[in-house]
Order: sequence, then structure tokens, then C-alpha cells
Amino acid sequence: MTVAAGTGRTTETGEPLLRAENVVKHFPLGSSSLFRRSRAVVHAVDDVTFDIRRGETLGLVGETGCGKSTLARCVARLFDLTSGRLVFDGHDISTLSRHQLRPYRRRIQMIFQDPYGSLNPRRRVGSIIGDPFAIHGIEEGGERKSKVQNLMELVGLNPEHYNRFPSEFSGGQRQRIGVARALALQPDLIVADEPVSALDVSIQAQVINLLAAVQSEFGLAYLFIAHDLSIVRHVSDRVAVMYLGKIVEIAGRHDLYTRPRHPYTKALQSAVPVPDPDLADKRRRIVLTGDVPSPIVPPRGCRFHPRCPKAQQRCSVEEPRLEPLAGDPPDHGVACHFPLADGEELPAGAVPPAGAFAPSAPSAPSDTLPAAP
Amino acid sequence: MPLLEVEDLRVSFPTPDGVVHAVRGVGFVLDRGRTLGVVGESGSGKSVATQTIVGLTQGARVSGHARFEGVDLLTMTPEQLRAIRGVKIGMVFQDPLSSLHPYYRVGWQIVEMLRAHTDMKKDAAHRRAVELLGMVGIPQPKRRAEEYPHQFSGGMRQRVMIAMALALNPALLIADEPTTALDVTVQAQIIELMKKVQAEFGTAIIMITHDLGVIADMADDVMIMYAGRVMEQVDRRNAYYRPHHPYTVGLLESLPEASREDERLLSIPGQPPSLIDPPSGCAFHPRCRFVMPRCRVDEPPLQRVGGDSVHHSACWLPGDLLGVSAETDADRARAALEAGGGTPESAEMSRPAEPTGTVRTGQTLDMGAAEEDNP
Repeated sequence: MTVAAGTGRTTETGEPLLRAENVVKHFPLGSSSLFRRSRAVVHAVDDVTFDIRRGETLGLVGETGCGKSTLARCVARLFDLTSGRLVFDGHDISTLSRHQLRPYRRRIQMIFQDPYGSLNPRRRVGSIIGDPFAIHGIEEGGERKSKVQNLMELVGLNPEHYNRFPSEFSGGQRQRIGVARALALQPDLIVADEPVSALDVSIQAQVINLLAAVQSEFGLAYLFIAHDLSIVRHVSDRVAVMYLGKIVEIAGRHDLYTRPRHPYTKALQSAVPVPDPDLADKRRRIVLTGDVPSPIVPPRGCRFHPRCPKAQQRCSVEEPRLEPLAGDPPDHGVACHFPLADGEELPAGAVPPAGAFAPSAPSAPSDTLPAAP
Repeated sequence: MPLLEVEDLRVSFPTPDGVVHAVRGVGFVLDRGRTLGVVGESGSGKSVATQTIVGLTQGARVSGHARFEGVDLLTMTPEQLRAIRGVKIGMVFQDPLSSLHPYYRVGWQIVEMLRAHTDMKKDAAHRRAVELLGMVGIPQPKRRAEEYPHQFSGGMRQRVMIAMALALNPALLIADEPTTALDVTVQAQIIELMKKVQAEFGTAIIMITHDLGVIADMADDVMIMYAGRVMEQVDRRNAYYRPHHPYTVGLLESLPEASREDERLLSIPGQPPSLIDPPSGCAFHPRCRFVMPRCRVDEPPLQRVGGDSVHHSACWLPGDLLGVSAETDADRARAALEAGGGTPESAEMSRPAEPTGTVRTGQTLDMGAAEEDNP
């Protein structure tokens, strides 16, 4: 893939906490010699540029396979980048070795989606939360225990449960354990990958509130990844929308939800069911046809063009850059040749409802490829 | 005669830790062509209740009635049930991959299903399978019928499941979290498909989900479950605009849509209860901010509220306190206080912060307190 030159521009005061520049992450497919020559790769993240400012929450939304989790793991440097740069607090950390990374690991922590899979079931909660101290060789002995118990109290766990096992906690409480562990070293940035997706509605709200409280207390920044747009809207200062390895739109929360520019953003928003019957009856839902194409052979030009109701010839040839439109705030970037005007609706006719009782839906060839794992 | 009439359904599972009372007296009525939305969190018994109706809960102790077209499904033999499942009652589950056999071609699996239940000839069944795949919006159905499940995306697999569930034109479709594993854009496709099928064939649908958005979109009636009990039974609009039960209110309030952008979300404090040893009285009382002394001892029956023949709620609060507004909450708090319960803070508009996951049962020991009657 060619690395497009210009990308998202941001005008702002002060240096961002983290700057990702043209980040690319490709996974080679299969190791069998048969395919080695073809060099098939999954284009998980392709030339992504964005900033995270100190103390802010950047939301990252997108559907399965769009590369949002891969991007999160690149930012946390759990993956090496294929190319591109990650600048954290003025230092380029994209090529540091494991050893060199250690001081930065303290400052970037991660919370995972699965509160069951991310905690070792055979270890006691106290030692799980104390792990960051152990790894970095700080706060020994009794000191460590009292630190851990403070953390437990902070996230709303009973400090007396220090010696319990993860299985003795419910899903919501486990996620609190994950939050406590991430907070232990007082990081500047927490990468939260779908932290509430596995939780029930009433518990989701508890964990979201906890994350917000912790943020205002310690002034840390979040990269908050979710597929639930209403939650992202609630927690984020700015939101980036990903599609097939690219950021297609990035903007302040309010701007993105009231004036979406990219047809995909608009379609994604309209697909979210609203918990309000009258609204649900009234509104028009844009139903996209087909599935997300394979990231092994992403469409040429704009990656959304095979499913886009506004697509024209140009979209299949020329890849749009992520940049602000004239008249939009400078931090509202969109990668589209034919962005939506204020209040513009997507043409309904171009998007027949899926599942129409017709023999087959019109679709681009790439639609029939299986989605990537 | 209603299509399905469930009465006092109780399901429990003996386990080494004790008996799990998964469903504790559930009843509802479903007419042809209607959609019943069943909402509840993990462990509320919503899936167990519906799976029991179609005989899919092995090893469970079951009592009650589930009359389908007048015949009780719970007293049927496995053979009799097999003749109904897939024929008159279609089912779609959350995970479409584990519902399809990975070794067999998708078309073959539909053919097998058709031939198991009808006397269709092989090629007629195959033609029908291709037709069904086209009907649920799968492009190039003829070619796709020859492919294996792993070659289908999640949304496509769920379409296959729906095609199979609908193949014999069932009167009832039970959909258990059919869109939970799918992305929102695909979820929108599946919901549209189900609505279309219902409009065309008059299928009744039981839609089980934890997503209140999905329910607002497609249910006619809503049943809210908690700890194996029905908390509230209500038509769609009243469920959202005039709910009675504090649990329903709490669910609606904890949605991000219910709060302004920078506000704390309202949440229900505490954790769902154990089903081995459910709380005394109302199962929701340890998490309820309007708890009254009576709630800890007496289990409230499902009774009519709001002067509406459809609307039922299992709560001791006065039946005319409906809605999600701050004013109604204040009225509820006042009623609870008068009955000797509630918390002083809950009388105010904003709720106390509850970062802790502790269950507020410490204060419930005054069981002998006056049992005031519901005004």
C-alpha cells in the first residue's frame, strides 16, 4: 500500500500527549511456503494519524474487523508497528526495544474487554493488582499491600477482599479489578479496549462513572474503544471513526454527532437503535448493504465506496485524504470526496433495504468475500 | 385463542452448590403476528424461560403451563416436541456459528432440515433452500448454498439461521439475542429482515435481548425480567414513557442517552442477586432506592397499574406513579418514606454516588417493622 502524504491536521496549543503518525500495521497471512511469495497481508491498520491530548478522552468507534483493537495495541506498543511513528510526550517510542520501553510502559496502561479472560483465575486479586508494582520493582512488602488496598477502595472494591480469587467477583467487579491494575502506576494514558461491552446495562453505567471519576481525579487521558456509539458519545471529548483500517472521520464529539460528514459515520449513527419508540418509528434508518470487505484485499480508492450510496467514479480510483472541510472546525477531519452537507440525508433509493425479498441484492464483488477473522 | 399462553412457569436446576431457581413464576400471552420483547440482564432467566417452553433445558425441574395453539408444550414427549420445533416454532440464537455445523455445506444443512420435517424430495428441498437463502438477502444464493459456514460472515450466518427458522413458515419465531454478536449496521439489516418476514407471514416473534434500543424498534409488548421473575409487563410506548417498576426506571436511566453529555450516568447500585438463594420479598429490593419495609418480606404480585389493562407491575409502590421524570421519582421517594422506607437522599432529585459494589442489605434487619398497606 502506498502511504498517502498529507493526513489529518490538527491545530492546537501545546504538544499532544501522544501523536500517532502514519501508523501502519500489517499481519502477514499464513506461514506456508505456498503463499509466501504472494505476500498476502491483512491491512489491519493503514496509515492512521491522530493525536491524544493530555487529560482528554479520544473515542474510537468502528465495526468488527475495522482495526480498532489492533490500533489500540499498537498505541500501547503491544504490537510493533509495520511503519509509522508513535510520539509519546515528545519521545519517539515506535522503535524502542522492550528494555527501552519500560519507563513508558508505566505511563501507558491498558484495560481489556473481557473481564474473565484478562485476569489469571489462579491468582489472588491482591497480587493481580499488585503486579505492576512487582514488575517495576517498586513498593515492596507491606507498603505494596496498603497501596493495593487503597486502589481497591478507590475503584469501589472491598479492600478486605484482597485475598480472594477473580472467580469470586462478578463481571462488573472484575472490570473494577482491571481498572485498579491499570491505575496502579498512575499512568498518563489508559487504552481501554471495549471496557464495558461485556457488562450488563446497569453495571456498564457503574464502570463508565468509575472511569470518569478516575480521570477527573488523576487527569489521565483515555483512548476509549467501543462499538457502542451512544457510550462513546457520552465519554469522549473527540471521536474517531474507523473503517477497514482507516480513520474516515475525526471530530469533537458534538460536531461528529450533529454534523457528520462521512456517509459511513452517518450510516453508523442511523443504524444504532434508539431506546425511544416514537423516535424509532419516525426516523429513517440507512441500511447499508453487504458486509465489510476483506482487509486482505481492501477496495481501491476510498475503502467505503462499494457500500457507499454517494460513491462515484472518482471514489473507486482516488483515495480521499483525512482533512477538514472549509468552514468546519480545524479538528474536524473527514476522508471523503463527496462529504455530506449540514443536514443532508443519504439518498435512500441507492441503498435498498437488505433482505428485500428479491433474488439477490446488488453488491460489489468484494461484498461476497468472507469477513476477516 | 392466543398463539402462546404461558402460565406460572418455574424452572430450577439442581447443581452441586444448591438448586438454582432460574425462572420463578413467569406468565405471558402472545397473539399471532405480535412481537413480545423480553428484556433482562444476565441471569434474569429470559433465555431459560423460552428454552424451556420448547423443551431445550435438559435436567431442569419444570412446572407450569405453556399452551401453544391450546396444547401444553410442557407435557409433550420429546418426539411430539421435535415435530413442533422447527416446524411451528422456529428458533434463532445469539451465536450463529455454533448453530451451524462446520463440516457441512450451508445448503445441505437447510435441505436436511427440510427433509427431516417434510416429505420433500432432495432436489425440491435444494431448490427451496436456495430460494430461502435468496429470500433473506444472501447474494448469489445458488453459489452460496454450496459453501461452508466459515465462508460466511457473522451477519450472513445469522441470515442463514433465520432462513432455516422460517423455512417451514412457523407461527412463532423465538429469537434469543439474535443481533448481540453483530455490528450495528448488520444488526439493522437483521431487524429489518425480521420485521419484513413478520409483515409478510404474520409470524409471532419473541425477541429476547438486553438492548432496549432493539426493543423500542420492534416490540409490540415488553416483558422486563429480573432474577427469574417478571417485574413489569407493558406495551412498548408505556415501557419507555410511563414505566412503573423501579427496575425498569433504573434500566432506562442508566442508558447513556438518558444523561446529558458530561453528566454522570445514573446506575443501579449493587449486583444482580444469586439465584440459589434469592433475596426475600421482592428480588430487586436490595438494589432499589425506594425500598419499603414490606418489600423485604412480601413478594409483590404482578398487578395492574396505571389504569391500563395491559400494564402490569410487580411493585408495592402506588400504581399511579408512572414515568422516568425527576418529579415521579420524588413522588416515589415520598411514597416510600411514608411507608417507612426509602432513603432520605432519594427524595432529592439526584441520586447518591455509588462507586462501591456493596449490596445495601445491612439495613434490612428490621423485618418486624410495620407492614403498611399500599395506598
